[in-house]
Amino acid sequence: MTTTLEHSSYNYKVVRQFTVMTVIWGIVGTLVGVLIAAQLIWPALNFETPWLTYSRLRPLHTNAVIFAFGTSALFATSYYIVQRTCKTTLFGGKLAAFTFWGWQAIIVLAAITLPLGYTSSKEYAELEWPIDILIAVVWVAYAIVFFGTLVKRKTSHIYVANWFLGGFILTVAVLHIGNSMVVPISMTKSYSLYSGAIDAMMQWWYGHNAVGFLLTAGFLGMMYYFVPKQAERPVYSYRLSIVHFWALVSLYIWAGPHHLHYTALPDWAQSVGMVMSIVLFLPSWGGMINGIMTLSGAWHKLRHDPILRFLIVSLSFYGMSTFEGPMMAIKSVNALSHYTDWTVGHVHSGALGWVAMISIGAMYHLIPILFNQGRMYSIRLINIHFWMHTAGIILYIVAMWISGVMQGLMWRAVNADGTLTYSFVESLTASYPFYFIRFLGGVLVVAGFILMAYNMFKTIAAKDNSLKAVEAA
Amino acid sequence: MTMDYGTLRGVIALLILALFIIIVVWSFNKKRKNSFEEAANSIFEEDSKVDRKEEKSKQETNNNV
Repeated sequence: MTTTLEHSSYNYKVVRQFTVMTVIWGIVGTLVGVLIAAQLIWPALNFETPWLTYSRLRPLHTNAVIFAFGTSALFATSYYIVQRTCKTTLFGGKLAAFTFWGWQAIIVLAAITLPLGYTSSKEYAELEWPIDILIAVVWVAYAIVFFGTLVKRKTSHIYVANWFLGGFILTVAVLHIGNSMVVPISMTKSYSLYSGAIDAMMQWWYGHNAVGFLLTAGFLGMMYYFVPKQAERPVYSYRLSIVHFWALVSLYIWAGPHHLHYTALPDWAQSVGMVMSIVLFLPSWGGMINGIMTLSGAWHKLRHDPILRFLIVSLSFYGMSTFEGPMMAIKSVNALSHYTDWTVGHVHSGALGWVAMISIGAMYHLIPILFNQGRMYSIRLINIHFWMHTAGIILYIVAMWISGVMQGLMWRAVNADGTLTYSFVESLTASYPFYFIRFLGGVLVVAGFILMAYNMFKTIAAKDNSLKAVEAA
Repeated sequence: MTMDYGTLRGVIALLILALFIIIVVWSFNKKRKNSFEEAANSIFEEDSKVDRKEEKSKQETNNNV
């Protein structure tokens, strides 16, 4: 093992830090999710305490899973991938450490201010302006480290994963700065620079591209590195990956208006959003096929390798979500699905299925490499985690599909005289059983994450190289 | 001569279509086949070139233990 050479040539410290925090924030974020899922069944669980109410914990949950868990995973993997594929250490010296501590500080500030009720009330952009400025500073530092490393690379070609990661970093900077433009009136309160329908459009231009670039392009970067690595085969079609990249980035940016169907947004803008969302199906599936087909001729590996299973099943969920998404963006479908639990189910099939599973797979691949081991402490536990996570997602999304479609049908049902057939509370009562199934699914996901943390700390604590890689039987 | 909005939109649509075709032709051009294959395999070279011995410690999970 050439640990000495490796540790002097690559900056693995920051990758290790982000990797460990990814797992910890994974537990925290999903645990808050389970708590608020439970509150929807047993409202008394807010204990009449303002900072434990659903309204304040829900943004804490979304921020924790997207920006603490997901983005830490992106930091870890992007720093790892860019160094390995450029065969050079990170650019900027201490700047990488600054991005770690800066990002963790932002997460802690979010965990304090959101329960206290400080919010800009923009979904996925709730944090108030001083924290927004800190995010912008850390993000620019991230961009300098990442692109600086690309510039000083020792290879002639820039591997495709870096294109996706670079696209994600650049676009998120533009989105965050654009949508966070506010007029501050105190340290903890501000008003958006935009107003009315324009503000709504800015918000969903940001919101949907947070999905498109942070939760999709970034994780596709992860996919293009870790799927071939774990499968030990080059990506199915490198040429397709180039078309995939340009088609995806040029289409995603227009899809935001589908969040605003049948609102004050001009009708033509809604239609543009709908059409772009439907076309987006093509690059999405191109990418999914490219990832899954990487395994062609080596499908047997799935039988023995739970890490690869995490990575490949994540792509199946990606394909499912990116079929469901364009469908839900069609106005007439949206008329049924919007504001119902169907949307919640869709988001979680993307978030728990695609984003979390690809990250978990990447983390299981990374942890032994980063901590000088041949493998994880227990591969059996990875396998158990896989089944718990998968079962959890399935319970979650099936419950939300049924509940969502039922809500949509109940809300639109009218009697012969034109009055509503059901009151809102009747639809809520009908959803209770499904909320309980969702809660069970969430518990399985959290328990899986706790198992992962145990496995990780056992791997870290083991003596260097004491866990030997096992060869295929 | 001024161009009305509808014509402008049509021109932009054609430009984007042309751009897409150029990207597809460029990336699927036979000339670039070898260099792309090299690029796709570059993530494996890294292990053998930068630190050859590290290959041994590569994580293998091809077992049910």
